[in-house]
Amino acid sequence: MSESSNLPEVSGGSSSGTVAVPDRFEDPGLPQHRNRVTDVDAQAARRAERQVAALFGLSAVGTLLALVAYFALPYDTSLGYIDYLGRVQLSNLLVGLGLFIALFGIGAGAVHWVKTLMPDDEQIQERHALRGSDEDRDIAVAIFKESAEETGVGRRPLIRNSLIGAMALAPLPAVVLLRDLGPLPGSKLSETIWKRGTALVRDPEGGKIKASDLVEGSVVHVLPEGIEETEHPLNEKAKAPVLLIRLAPGLLDETSRAGAYQGIVAYSKICTHMGCPVALYEQQTHHLLCPCHQSTFDLTQHCKVIFGPARRPLPQLPITVDDEGYLVAQDRFHEAVGPSFWERG
Amino acid sequence: MTALAARRRHPLATALLVMIGLIVTGVLYAAATPGRASAAPSAVNDVEAGKQLFLANCATCHGTNAEGRRNAPSLVGVGAAAVDFQVGTGRMPMAATGPQAPKVNQVLYTPEEIKQMAAYVASLGPGPAIPSAEDVDPAKGDVAEGGLIFRTNCAMCHNIAGKGGALTRGKYAPSLAGVTPEHIYEALVTGPQSMPVFTDQTITPANKRDIIAYLKSVEEAPAPGGLSLGSLGPVTEGLVGWLVGLGLLIGCAVWLGAKSS
Amino acid sequence: MTTSTTAKTAGGLANWADERLGASKAVRGLARKIFPDHWSFFLGEVALFSFIILLLTGVFLTFFFVPSSAHTTYDGVYAPLVNQHVSEAYASTIRLSFDIRGGLLMRQIHHWAALLFVAAMTVHMFRVFFTGAFRKPRELNWVIGCVLVLLGIIEGFLGYSLPDDLLSGTGIRIASSIILAIPIVGSYLSFFLFGGEFPGEMFIPRIYTIHVLLLPAIFLALIGAHLTMVFLQKHTQYPGPGRTNKNVVGLPFYPVYMAKQGGFFFIVFGVITLLSALVTINPIWNYGTYDPSPVSAGSQPDWYMGFMDGAVRLMTGWGEVHLWGNTLSLNILIPALVVPGLMTIPLFLYPWIEQAATGDRREHHLLDRPRNAPTRTGLGAMAITFYILLLIAGGNDILAVLLRLSINDITMTLRVLVFVLPPIVYWVTKRICLGLQRKDRESVLHGRETGTIVRTETGEHFEVHEPLDEFTRWKLVQHESYQPLAELTAEDASGVRRPGGGSTWKRRLSNFYFEERVDPVTPAELAAAHHSHGEHEAIEGSPAGVAH
Repeated sequence: MSESSNLPEVSGGSSSGTVAVPDRFEDPGLPQHRNRVTDVDAQAARRAERQVAALFGLSAVGTLLALVAYFALPYDTSLGYIDYLGRVQLSNLLVGLGLFIALFGIGAGAVHWVKTLMPDDEQIQERHALRGSDEDRDIAVAIFKESAEETGVGRRPLIRNSLIGAMALAPLPAVVLLRDLGPLPGSKLSETIWKRGTALVRDPEGGKIKASDLVEGSVVHVLPEGIEETEHPLNEKAKAPVLLIRLAPGLLDETSRAGAYQGIVAYSKICTHMGCPVALYEQQTHHLLCPCHQSTFDLTQHCKVIFGPARRPLPQLPITVDDEGYLVAQDRFHEAVGPSFWERG
Repeated sequence: MTALAARRRHPLATALLVMIGLIVTGVLYAAATPGRASAAPSAVNDVEAGKQLFLANCATCHGTNAEGRRNAPSLVGVGAAAVDFQVGTGRMPMAATGPQAPKVNQVLYTPEEIKQMAAYVASLGPGPAIPSAEDVDPAKGDVAEGGLIFRTNCAMCHNIAGKGGALTRGKYAPSLAGVTPEHIYEALVTGPQSMPVFTDQTITPANKRDIIAYLKSVEEAPAPGGLSLGSLGPVTEGLVGWLVGLGLLIGCAVWLGAKSS
Repeated sequence: MTTSTTAKTAGGLANWADERLGASKAVRGLARKIFPDHWSFFLGEVALFSFIILLLTGVFLTFFFVPSSAHTTYDGVYAPLVNQHVSEAYASTIRLSFDIRGGLLMRQIHHWAALLFVAAMTVHMFRVFFTGAFRKPRELNWVIGCVLVLLGIIEGFLGYSLPDDLLSGTGIRIASSIILAIPIVGSYLSFFLFGGEFPGEMFIPRIYTIHVLLLPAIFLALIGAHLTMVFLQKHTQYPGPGRTNKNVVGLPFYPVYMAKQGGFFFIVFGVITLLSALVTINPIWNYGTYDPSPVSAGSQPDWYMGFMDGAVRLMTGWGEVHLWGNTLSLNILIPALVVPGLMTIPLFLYPWIEQAATGDRREHHLLDRPRNAPTRTGLGAMAITFYILLLIAGGNDILAVLLRLSINDITMTLRVLVFVLPPIVYWVTKRICLGLQRKDRESVLHGRETGTIVRTETGEHFEVHEPLDEFTRWKLVQHESYQPLAELTAEDASGVRRPGGGSTWKRRLSNFYFEERVDPVTPAELAAAHHSHGEHEAIEGSPAGVAH
């Protein structure tokens, strides 16, 4: 087979046996070109021309609209903020619509021009096999062989081996230089700023909380006192938020009773699945729902997971009250908060 | 043959018969549906009137002394605010069983009657009172502070623009659009159904007013970028991008590729 | 006079270009290159033009955006944010949206163009897959295309995370948890990426560089390679009369395709601008700056990440296991890394999978009608079904709230559907393709039903069938029908190499693909069919036969 062997046969191949009927149907060739209205009717062609020009003209109008709207709708700050937003909305709408007309007009005009006025006779171009000719291939192979010979790598294994060694080591600095992208994790993932005696304050308003502030069914979003004064408040906020909830004391189970105070419990708000705040508290069912992937935690079973992709219960922050009656942490968290990681244990 | 009988095969005869049937059924149904019971205002006192209304409309589920029954909680200590909210938004009396009581547009009671029922329930035990107009005036609230508190305490259920969100097992946090300032305050302070209670010590009355100011400003503010698609986030945006954006573009591509006539 | 001046200037320019760059050779070789014409070939162009629009609007955005997590106090016009501590990145994006005229429009064009970029690439990929355009010699182009789609998804994710708002920050939290879940090195990788703990202050500046410099450069190189190959290998074409595997039938590049593609660029730009003028996208002022404590109901990533979010939501918690005092979070690794990996690897390798099944090593420049490749079409439909189910799962809470359903029920139902529905769709699609092929055979053998009934003198009724003209018929008979490798015999003359059937798994794969097939009509079969209803044709032909 010749160099076209890698292209599949298309028209009816060899006939088999003595029957005159071919194996496959034959390609009838291109159908006859059908003239468009604009090909035969000069008036239609002129009409198409006018349509194209009208589209381009419309585009120009659109550009003008966009420019006028841009300057005519200034954002004077003396407006009240609702009126200001209305101004922004109008500007966005008019400049945007103007630009749309401007751009679409050019596009539609060009396409209409092609479709109606430019010739649409289908033409045929032959494909050439991508593969080189046998002669090219032979010459190429010969060149490769000759050049390889000239490098002498085949005859000089010492050069080859030492080159491989050097090239294998060379990329290492590129990797090593990335080492100081960040510090080693150390024990940071397992620590929060909560410790014995840290007061619970309201998130985000601030202010300490007394037990009497909560009734059954209450929830308070809580942060540790002093979090805004840490070096990286947001980093601490990624681990420290706590939900403070009051339940009827009989509803708490054994595990949570030790860390509770008069039916008030505090649990980490950071989901043990992927770190979103588990902030939805359903007062009647005592369930905590995480909005990201719908992990559901049951407060009456020490925040055990009852639905969804999370696995570990939310860590409890043991609480008590200080001398003034404000709620404070009894102790640190007894385990790492937030999503799991390899070293968590 | 009467004129009517002569027309019995008229093309519109069937349609007319169906219409008559529907109207008759509808009228009978409306007549048979129990309306809300009103109490003859024989008692001058609000609390007395409220008690009559309560006994007629609420006691079947909540008990004669509002002590609660299996399917309805006790109303002792819920306060006037709870009644004003629940009845004022049409959630109570609960029209049909379901995961929760939805807000209803047609409230069955006049404001006077709601006040009377609220007074009665308030007399049963101390609870949150109906807020004053000044307590809930959005003009007096700090929009920025309200937004900050809303995002931490409310957005996770009600969505960042107050458009509502899903809870478990078919429950939901409803949209806050169009809710009156009083009802917002009352919901915060009484914690209806799944919503937790935000006492006045945990979110101060001033902060509650800030939240109301924020919600009202979000309601009034125009969407600067155009249609807001319900402020539901990337899901609706993706749908519009595919259906409208890609749809239009594929339409244009088909136009491009089609032969001109 | 003007004509000759124009001509003179043009001539002068042309001469300048030719003497320095050899332009005349390029014009001779390329200007009249033939491109085949079909609307589905414009899908890739939607992606290309969206990319250019992203570049243009992106440059504008970089003139105003500040890629810094440093804290500042917002003192602009938007009242709900006044005096709040926000990041510089967030503040600069708010300023761009509200203080810069046209700023919000540019942001929205950029974001809508990003959604359409990935959507267009996806639809283009579907077209290439279902028409078999990935076959030799275009396997490398297919792989480049797959890489482009994946990079597009990453680029989009990084892009909408730049403003550092609550919604995108929640997404980054989830991404950091995926990294943390990687065994052994997870916490180190996370600390290196974030420059310390989450969220840190290094993340925004770093993804800015990746989003604005690294990935666009890689895109430009890959898109350049992708288009160069299309140019060199010439575009594929749909089968039809006159179109063979050895030619290209269409219209010349200059002027027709230049005008069409140029025009289409403006159309794409126009439609994206229309969307941006009318519909809000990513209203970051509603979300507020990122803070790990608040969160919004209905937090989803942009649509192209939705399938991963859906996979994570559908997973149950059983997957977290403890090994030698360490935690292996399979409940995160499986949906976030394993499932996307299992979806992507067959995608990349598909040209070779099919090549193993067919044993076909020839060049293919004629596209397949999807019905003529029933197994491939079925597999594609199955994969798309799986993908769409995951997408729906990603929006399960929005569905629950809009349709008043239980989110738990939706999740449980999708957990089952995701395993049950795709095989069903595969089977149904394959049967539909085979059915359509049989219908094609019917049309060729018996012609088109005209609806005209003829009654003969003997009382027989039959419907007049009009035989297809040779042009219509060609489309229905031109395709090849592969045989399973094991069935190939030495007398096979159609040019398919038969490597002796190959190994067991190759033979099994080939059987799976081609055991059930419908072959195209041959002239012999047509002749036999004519013979069987010859009398009808005689009646159809005679003028008296065409009746009431």
